[in-house]
Amino acid sequence: MSAMAISPTAMPLLEVDKVTVRFGGVLAIDDVSFTVERGDLLGLIGPNGAGKTTMLRAITGVVQPERGSVRLSGRPLDGMSIERRIRLGMALSQQLVKPFRDITVADNVALAAGYRKTLSPLRALLSLSRSEELRVAGELLERVGIARHGEDNPAVMPLGVLKRLEVARALALQPLLLLLDEPLAGLNSQEAESLATTISDINAQGVTIVLIEHNLGEVLRICKRLVVLDNGRKIAEGEPKSVMHLETVRAAYLGNGAGDERHNRQPRGGDDA
Amino acid sequence: MNYEISLMTTMAISVLFALSLNLITGFCGQISLGHAAFLGVGAYLAAMLAKAGVPFLATLPLAMLLAGAVGTVVGLTSLRVRADFLAITTMGVGFLFVGIVRQREWLGGELGIAGITGSNMSKLGFMLFTVLCAILVMALCVYLRRSWMGRVFNGIAEDEDTMRVLGINVPRYKLAAFAIGTALAGLTGALYAYHFQYIGPDSFGFVESITVLSMVVVGGIGSVVGVTVAAALLSALPAWFQFIGDYKLLVYGSLLFLMIRFVPDGMAGLVRRHLFKRRAEGGSK
Repeated sequence: MSAMAISPTAMPLLEVDKVTVRFGGVLAIDDVSFTVERGDLLGLIGPNGAGKTTMLRAITGVVQPERGSVRLSGRPLDGMSIERRIRLGMALSQQLVKPFRDITVADNVALAAGYRKTLSPLRALLSLSRSEELRVAGELLERVGIARHGEDNPAVMPLGVLKRLEVARALALQPLLLLLDEPLAGLNSQEAESLATTISDINAQGVTIVLIEHNLGEVLRICKRLVVLDNGRKIAEGEPKSVMHLETVRAAYLGNGAGDERHNRQPRGGDDA
Repeated sequence: MNYEISLMTTMAISVLFALSLNLITGFCGQISLGHAAFLGVGAYLAAMLAKAGVPFLATLPLAMLLAGAVGTVVGLTSLRVRADFLAITTMGVGFLFVGIVRQREWLGGELGIAGITGSNMSKLGFMLFTVLCAILVMALCVYLRRSWMGRVFNGIAEDEDTMRVLGINVPRYKLAAFAIGTALAGLTGALYAYHFQYIGPDSFGFVESITVLSMVVVGGIGSVVGVTVAAALLSALPAWFQFIGDYKLLVYGSLLFLMIRFVPDGMAGLVRRHLFKRRAEGGSK
């Protein structure tokens, strides 16, 4: 995947074009468009229930949009399975960590790093060696700062380690586009800051990133651009500092100055799917 | 001596059959309650071909091919339904097979097919051949477990949704598991037909599917050695204790229930825990 030559054309890496997602009668995403350029670190933010995770699911193919199109390097992804999209150069770090619990932390990363060997069952059947994948796994665990837990069982690891494992496993796919769904959730401020710095470093090394995150401080610190969703609509886009100064964003996101009807949705926590 | 040779052959056939199910259910996590149907497909094809004069060694790959093809089609259901629903669907396939065979005159109907020509080998030769097949399939399973295919199967058994996020084409791997597992069941079925020289619809019914599943569960789902030992022992039981033959479903069904309730990881799990405990004690001294 990474071998794919980065073409010098001005074509954006990811294009989300007028995507609308409806769950029954509920309009979860309403006609949202944005693009992600190569090398970008885009923060996709918004209050709970704004449709951020749904947007991510439309990009990865977990949910099918009612209208609109998603393109990667100009190639339409509509109707493609998740695994096809991943093979085209995406990787997803999920909000709820899902390590395989009967293999070690390093084995988890190595499993993802073997993506070339697991392309087809036949190739997988004829491939035995794992030394290269374990080496890659070691490097990635080092990169996200949990190298000392490589031989541990994920079942007994704290959330802070598992969140990093999730990121390392996504990186093992050597993606062009890395999608991170709340990687900092559940971490203490110190852990969050160090993982955010790692994410910023990964971006600096050439991986394009879309980040969904509630930790606004870290988002403003590391993101190059923001897209703000509210009630399924895109309400702002642009430089982090200027976006956060917009009245509409402050109203939607911070819940002040926009009347009381916004207030009752603020205290809600948890999943925004 | 003849009795021991025959018993040994039966045990080897059971080991082969249990390993073939272990590949689907143990390695890849796809439960099947109708696995005996694929044993039947292999056995019926081998019986028909043997009667038509096709040589023994030629019928084996053909039995594998047909059972594997039918198994792949049945495996398609595993792409749509999971867990409990897959269990019910495969159980239905098992009943369907027996139902069809019973109604077909050219398959011997209720009476089955008798007088199947032997393999041209001596009893001892056939036993050695069957044992050799079992050893080769064991080696294949051990290899597969260590290959990247085994690692992917393992991941699918635990969490197939996450495997898709890692870019794994889960449907293709599931079909591969069904194809390999059912083809091996077809091979086993052909050996079964040559060994007993009689087959009937009752040889491949629900009771046989439960029996083989209990062998896999008793041995330890996924464990090659555990399943081999359990299949060898459990297939010898009815020979040693005549009454088990009459209460097969009760005995194997209870065994299945008790194991899943109290020792879900089977004998292999018991041994592993025991060794681990000893090692831990040894380490603390």
